[in-house]
Amino acid sequence: MTTLAVRGFSWRHAGRSAWAVRDVDLHVEPGERVLLLGASGAGKSTLLAGIAGLLPTDTGESAGEILLDGRPPGGTHRPGILFQDPETQLVMARSGDDVAFGLECRGVPPAAIWPRVDETLRTVGFGYPRDRATDALSGGEKQRLALAGVLAPDPELLLLDEPTANLDPAGAELVRAAIAGALADRRRSMILVEHRVAEALPLVDRVVVLAAGGGIAVDGPPAKVFAEHGETLAAQGVWVPGSGPAGTHPSRTAGPTLLRAERLGYTHRDRSTPALSDVDLSVPAGQVLAVLGHNGSGKSTLALLLGGLLAPGTGRVVAEPALTDRSTASRPIAGTDRAAASARGGRSAARPPHRWRAAALAGRIGSVFQNPEHQFVAARVRDELALGPRRLHRPAAEIAATVDELLDRLRLSRLADANPYSLSGGEQRRLSVATALSAAPRLLVLDEPTFGQDLRTWRETVALLGELADDGRGLAVVTHDTDLVDALADRTVTLAGGRLTAPAEVA
Amino acid sequence: MRIAPAAAPPDAPVSRLNPLAKLGAALAVSLAVLASIDPVTPTVALVGVLVALPFGGLRYRRLLRRGWPVLVGAVLVGCANMLFAADQGGTSYLHLGPLQLSSVSLAGGGALGLRVLAIALPGVVAFATIDPTDLADCLVQQLRVPARFAIGALAAYRLLPLLADEWELLGLARRARGIDAGANPLARFRLFAATLFALLVGAVRRGGRLATAMDARGFDAGTPRTFARRHPFTGADRLVLALGVLLAAVALAVSIGTGTFVPLVG
Repeated sequence: MTTLAVRGFSWRHAGRSAWAVRDVDLHVEPGERVLLLGASGAGKSTLLAGIAGLLPTDTGESAGEILLDGRPPGGTHRPGILFQDPETQLVMARSGDDVAFGLECRGVPPAAIWPRVDETLRTVGFGYPRDRATDALSGGEKQRLALAGVLAPDPELLLLDEPTANLDPAGAELVRAAIAGALADRRRSMILVEHRVAEALPLVDRVVVLAAGGGIAVDGPPAKVFAEHGETLAAQGVWVPGSGPAGTHPSRTAGPTLLRAERLGYTHRDRSTPALSDVDLSVPAGQVLAVLGHNGSGKSTLALLLGGLLAPGTGRVVAEPALTDRSTASRPIAGTDRAAASARGGRSAARPPHRWRAAALAGRIGSVFQNPEHQFVAARVRDELALGPRRLHRPAAEIAATVDELLDRLRLSRLADANPYSLSGGEQRRLSVATALSAAPRLLVLDEPTFGQDLRTWRETVALLGELADDGRGLAVVTHDTDLVDALADRTVTLAGGRLTAPAEVA
Repeated sequence: MRIAPAAAPPDAPVSRLNPLAKLGAALAVSLAVLASIDPVTPTVALVGVLVALPFGGLRYRRLLRRGWPVLVGAVLVGCANMLFAADQGGTSYLHLGPLQLSSVSLAGGGALGLRVLAIALPGVVAFATIDPTDLADCLVQQLRVPARFAIGALAAYRLLPLLADEWELLGLARRARGIDAGANPLARFRLFAATLFALLVGAVRRGGRLATAMDARGFDAGTPRTFARRHPFTGADRLVLALGVLLAAVALAVSIGTGTFVPLVG
C-alpha cells in the first residue's frame, strides 16, 4: 500500500523565471482518490510529472521533496501515469506487446508476463485479441490500451493527466469506464487532473485545488469544496457542477446564403468506403451552422471541403455571390471592410473554392483548424496577423490598422511580440481565429474550436464566435461538443458514417 | 504496421524464420555479388534466390508488387549503360548521335542491371518478410544491441505514419492562411522548407512525449529487461543462414570456375 508525501515541493523549468509549482504540501493515503484542480498554469501537470519521477534534475530547479513510501520516485519505483495524447503513449505495433512493455522494463519473468497482460486487458475492457494492431484502434480504444499498459505492473498509485481531453464523448466514456474498473477494488489510490468535473466526480472522493500563486488553495470532500468555493473555481476555468454554460442565446436571422454543398462526397486515398457522401447543406451569413458527429463521422473532411482546401470527390461546393461579390456590404471588424471587399470579386470568383488561389481563398473563407499550432507560420503574433492582408497586397498603413484592431479586439495586444508557440491554449485559440479574420473573410469554417479547453477558455471562444455571427459573418462549426451547440448554434445538422442523418433545423 | 505490409502470409515458413537468419543469408549473397563485376556471379545468385523463394512460401507476384521499384531501377541502370557506354566495341547495332548500341555495351549494361538486381533482391526479400517488432527483439536478444537504441528506434518508427498525415494537414493549413507558391520555384522551395520545419518541430515534440511515456513505464530504470517474446535461433534458421552462405560461395565458384570472374578490386 503506497503512501504519497509531497512536502514543500517547488519546481522551476530551466531558463524560466517563474516557478511552475510552488510550495505544495500533499499527503495521499492508500485507496484515496483525488481530483486535482487549479487554474490553467497552476502547475497540475508539472506536479504529476514530479510525483511520477519524470522531472530530471538537469531540466530545472527543485525544492522540497516528493516521497513514495519514504523514497523519491524513479526507475521502477514509480506510480503509473496516463497522459492526454493516445498517439504518443503506445510503444508497440501489437496491442498485447504494448501492455507487456512495462513488464519487460521491470524485469518480470517471461512466464508471468502474458497471463498478466490478459488480466489487465480484461480489467480495462479491451475487446480485441492481443495481436490487434494498435494503428487500427480508435482514439478511445488506444487510450484504454495505454491505461492497460500503465496498470500492468500493478501500480498502487495511479496518476491521470486529463486522460479524456483528446477524445470524443464516446471515447471518453470508454476510458472513464476503464478507470472505474481499475479502481473498483479500492486498493489503488489515484490523482486525477480533469477540467470537466461533472464527469470526474463519480471517480473521486477528495478534491485538492492548487492556488495560482503557490500552495494548496482548498482541500476536502467534493460536496463541501464545490458548495464553498464553486464560484471561485468556475472563475478559474474549472467546469464546476451547476456552473455549466448557459444553454440559450438570442436567435439570429439568416442573411443571404454564402456557400452551398450539393451532393457532396469524398473518399480518402487508399480507402474503399467514402468519408462523406451526398451531403446537401447551405451556410447563410449571420448565423452559426453546427455540424455534429462522432470522430470518424466525416465532419473534419466536410470542414476541409467547405473551406476550399480539398477538391470534392463527388458533387460540388458552390460559392454564392454574397460570398464572392465585392459589392455586397458586410459588417466585418471596422477598418477591414475595404480589404474584405477587394479580396472578394475578381476573376476567380466563378470557379469552385478549391480552385481559388490561396490568398483569394483566405479573403473569402477563413478556416480554423482543431490544433491552432498547425496554422502558425510566423515568429511573432503581430506578423501572424499581418500575413493575410500582406498576401492580399494591402497598403502598409491599412495592414497596421487591421493588426492593431484584431490585437485589441481579441485581447492579444500585450502578446503582440510573443512567439505564437509560447502562448497558452486559450491564447492560441484566440490567435488562430484572429489570423483567419485578418483577411476579413465573410465565412468562417471551424473544426472543434473548443477541443480540450477549460471553462474560461471555452466561454471566451463561445463569446467570440457569437459576436462574429452577430456581426454578419457566416459560421460553420464542426464539433462533438453539445454544450457548444446549445450555446451558439442557430441550425444543427448531424453526420454519421459520412451522411447527414438529421435535416437542418432551426434551434 | 501500416508502412510495411508483409509480403508473405504470417504462417508461411519464411515469416517464421528468425529475422537475423534472413538478413545474414541476404547479406552473404549480396556481398558475393558486390565482390565481383562479371555477369555470371549475379546470374547464379539470382537464379538461386528465385528458386528458393517458393520453398519459403513467397509468391513471385506478391513480391513483384512489393519490389517493383528495384526491378525498374535495375532495368533503367542497365539500359542507360547500354546506350551511353564509352566502350562501344564489337558489332555495332545502332548509332544515333550520342546513343550507341553494340555487342560490348549490350553485355556490359546487361551485366550491370543484373548486378543491381542481384544485390538488392536478397535484401528486399528479407525486409519484406520481417516484422519490425521481431527485428528489434532479435537485435536485443541475439546481437546484444542496447534495448534503449533498438526499442527506442522501434517506437519512433511507429510514429512515422503520423508524419505523413501531419504533412498533408500542414499543407492545407498553409493554404487556409493564404499561403501558396504558385508556379514560382523559389517560392515553392521556401514553402516546402517552412512546412518541413513545422513538421520537424511537431515530430520532436511528439518524440519527446513518447520518450517521457516510455520512461514513465520504466524504460529508463536500468533493471535488466526480460523478453515477453522469445525468438530462438532454431535449426531452420541455421539452415537458411548456411544456404545463403552456400549460394554466395557457389555463385563465386561458378564464376571463377568458368574463368569469367572479375573482382571488384584489383
